[in-house]
Amino acid sequence: MWRDPRIRAWLLQGLAVLLAGLFFWFVITNAADNLARLNVASGFGFLQHTAGFGIAQTLIDYSEASTYGRAFWVALLNTLLVAGLGIIFATILGFLIGIARLSSNWLVSKLAAGYIEIFRNIPLLLQILFWYVAVLSNLPAPRDSYSFASGGVLLNKRGLYLPEPVTAPGFEVVMAAVLTALVGVIVWRRWLGRKQDQTNGVISIYRAGLGILIALPVLAIAVAGTPVHFVAPELRGFNFVGGVRAIPELLALLFALSIYTAAFIAEIVRSGIQAVSWGQSEAAMALGLRRSVVLRLVIIPQALRVIIPPLTSQFLNLTKNSSLAAALAYPELASVFAGTVLNQTGQAIEVLSITMAVYLSLSLLTSLGMNFYNARIALVER
Amino acid sequence: MRKFLFTGMAAASAVVCATVSAATLDDVKQKGFVQCGVSQGLKGFSSPDDKGGWTGIDVDVCRAVAAAIFADPQKVKYTPLSAKERFTALQSGEIDVLSRNTTWAVSRDTALGFDFRGVTYYDGQGFMVRKSSGVKSARELDGATVCVLMGTSTSLTLGDYFRSHNMKYEPVMFEKDDEVMAAYESGRCDTYTTDSSGLYANRLTLKEPQEHIVLPEIISKEPLGAVVRHGDNQWGDIVSWSLYAMINAEELGVNSGNAAAMKNSDNPEIRRLLGTEGKFGEGMGLPDDWAYNIIAKVGNYAEIFDRNVGMGSPLGIPRGLNALWTQDGIQYAPPIR
Repeated sequence: MWRDPRIRAWLLQGLAVLLAGLFFWFVITNAADNLARLNVASGFGFLQHTAGFGIAQTLIDYSEASTYGRAFWVALLNTLLVAGLGIIFATILGFLIGIARLSSNWLVSKLAAGYIEIFRNIPLLLQILFWYVAVLSNLPAPRDSYSFASGGVLLNKRGLYLPEPVTAPGFEVVMAAVLTALVGVIVWRRWLGRKQDQTNGVISIYRAGLGILIALPVLAIAVAGTPVHFVAPELRGFNFVGGVRAIPELLALLFALSIYTAAFIAEIVRSGIQAVSWGQSEAAMALGLRRSVVLRLVIIPQALRVIIPPLTSQFLNLTKNSSLAAALAYPELASVFAGTVLNQTGQAIEVLSITMAVYLSLSLLTSLGMNFYNARIALVER
Repeated sequence: MRKFLFTGMAAASAVVCATVSAATLDDVKQKGFVQCGVSQGLKGFSSPDDKGGWTGIDVDVCRAVAAAIFADPQKVKYTPLSAKERFTALQSGEIDVLSRNTTWAVSRDTALGFDFRGVTYYDGQGFMVRKSSGVKSARELDGATVCVLMGTSTSLTLGDYFRSHNMKYEPVMFEKDDEVMAAYESGRCDTYTTDSSGLYANRLTLKEPQEHIVLPEIISKEPLGAVVRHGDNQWGDIVSWSLYAMINAEELGVNSGNAAAMKNSDNPEIRRLLGTEGKFGEGMGLPDDWAYNIIAKVGNYAEIFDRNVGMGSPLGIPRGLNALWTQDGIQYAPPIR
């Protein structure tokens, strides 16, 4: 029987599964025994208990009287906020720098190379602390804020304040006009695109489309009035009240995460573009296409296939790196839930399992979405 | 195999898995020192000094425990812990006793699996503000940004206080004391809150201490004391009676200078304290002169208070609540008999 490699493989794998099972069984029962013996509370009932502490930035309603479960959602949303914004900024910045790196202009290309080498090679935690301690905490106090746009936009030690948009009665009319214009232009373009496939003639609706997009909303505003008023923040007591505010911890984290990740994305973009062989550009130009069209229709679609998989890893990294916020006071998952809540309830195993499960799900969701996109743009062989 | 599994598991999750033996005293005697959890540096309570040692009133409690067991207060190893790490370190058995300005509260005493063993220092939470802010009372702090240490009972009391007075605030929480101080000093916050002893201690570390004032309101009860794991009563007894011995010594007028001479005192209370009469160490598994060793080598409560946080220290905190019950305070120790 030992001589049959198939049976041997089954036996060995069965043994490995058994050992792993034993290991986890031992870990779990040992922890449970010790918790019971030490009289430490266990279970997830604590999520219904009153939290009692305040949180600086809450996207949903939260007060000291809310539960630990609510605090968890507040913290999770804060993590998603910084990760989502970070991914957007890092991608835009990364693509710009990556393309600049390939520029034929010596200065532009060397500046981009310098950016990449500097930000890629300094530890992220140091960059976060740099933005927080060296830059943002040296801004003026609220009373002496830097003021832009005649007091509408304010920058001080307590964060960045923007005017808060408040909708006026004409809001729905104008929104409807914008939507109509948008849908109309898209439908028109689709129709023209099909026609172009049939006739092979290039018809540009760039100007006409732009005209519609501007004219219709302007007409709506003229009829219905200004759709949105902006309420500027004003100083009351210790701090500014009103307006939309980004706390300095969010700004520092966002700057550091975007700038750091953008350096990696830039290299990914560069390698993606360089992976498209020069022959492709030559062939396209030989057909008489303009350089911008060559880039848009020939190079970028092929480069994206190379870019997307490593880009996914960078998005995952950025999300996980947001947990470094525990070093400053940004109230995200690692600091509020795996920090304050863990400390107050003492239920390390439950709190850490939830936190790990959340980061795992976030990463899996991101990579699921990116894999879907990747499958869509993958080379279709004919 | 079990041994192999154990090491693998400990590496995998060093949270609650360590097998904590029931008899902490035996473990301590075997390894030859007390592993004591202290703060990462709070002047007067536990802070590293220029000679690489640790000083402070919380440190002296650990030294007293070591003196009671080994007749040598040096037999302590210190583990600096953040407020966030401290409970896990004690639960997991990484330390034998936590003496780190920790507030005695019901949830910690019960659900976390700990026992508090006496009150080293009666404290209360207060606020510090810049003089230039013009704030004279905590009631004027509506709308203020408050710097506070993450995961402390302080942050809960803060929430209660503002909620019950119908005031708004924005908490900015950090994990380490020096990060909180740096944020307050940089102007990120309008006020800084912690136990008032901590306010006085940390004010000394600011660039211009005289530019900051401590507001008069004390908004909480903060009895700070040493903590041990629930379930090992013998070890808990040693920790609480080490503290009680120092308090009793102050009450009886015994100090590190006169302890040797006092051994032959006529006062039976003193004779029992110093082990001349009776065998009170036996029940704890200690030698009979355990209390004498504490007093002679560490000092009585008045001595450790004065040299660490009292008038003999830069903090200059008056005894207040921490005076003996005979002197209008509430420090009181059960008798040794």
